[in-house]
Amino acid sequence: MRKYSWIAMLFGLNIFAQTPTDDFFYSNNKIYVVVLVLVIIFIGIASYLFRLDRKITKLEKNNEA
Amino acid sequence: MRNSWWKILAIVCLTYVIIGGFLMPAVDDLGILGKTIRNLHFHVPMWFCMLVLLTVSYIYGIKYLSKGNAAHDSMASSFVKVAMLFGLMGLATGSVWARFTWGVWWIEDPKLNGAAIGMLIYTAYYILRNSIEDEVKRGKLSSVFNLFAFPIFIVLILVYPKMAVELSNHPGTGDTMAFSEFRPTANDLRMVFYPAVVGWILLGVWIATLKYRITEIKRKNEEI
Repeated sequence: MRKYSWIAMLFGLNIFAQTPTDDFFYSNNKIYVVVLVLVIIFIGIASYLFRLDRKITKLEKNNEA
Repeated sequence: MRNSWWKILAIVCLTYVIIGGFLMPAVDDLGILGKTIRNLHFHVPMWFCMLVLLTVSYIYGIKYLSKGNAAHDSMASSFVKVAMLFGLMGLATGSVWARFTWGVWWIEDPKLNGAAIGMLIYTAYYILRNSIEDEVKRGKLSSVFNLFAFPIFIVLILVYPKMAVELSNHPGTGDTMAFSEFRPTANDLRMVFYPAVVGWILLGVWIATLKYRITEIKRKNEEI
């Protein structure tokens, strides 16, 4: 269970009272948390760009018709 | 969605760069740099991307002048706008980097001042475009402006700093070392730096084509 505790951490659930120091996201002075945050932000921006692209394609098709 | 493979490539590259930029090996004992050498993967590609976008804009400016196709003018102006965005991000990230390595937000350095003047030149392009109502006149004037602006920009940010011996702090200018000369460190950096360059350039081109397509939709609607 403890192995997957970071999933709970993601949603702000502190179900493990003691700090699981062997956890991946707690290692290396928690730098992986920053990496994860940046990846989430970037994926958010990227998926927004993809949606924007699709919407513009739709607009172009409507205009041609 | 149009030709999406390179868009996916951009996202894959940049996701790798964000993760690798933090976690891949990179030296942390280069004097005042500390761990900020990792900024290389983010600050430098901003400028590369800007240069590529401006090159595309330049080509389409020439195309517009020779053929008079309004779509080419939309292409040129959209690419300049997104290039400006990347340039501003380059200035901002460079300023932060300078503050924590050289101690100040801005120094009198040919590379920095050249980039700033270059940005002002393209700001003038933007102002020129917005001040002309007539589509054909606007296209012609701004394309001619672009024709002169781009070579000057290249001289300002690539040639002039190289000649500034003993005047520059910026790596790779005048008599300062480029990061590629720190061997074998450079090879560690390259593992992330090259995908970063590819990824950021593709992302910039993608955003610029979106801008172009919106401009074209607007222009066509106005014609009707």
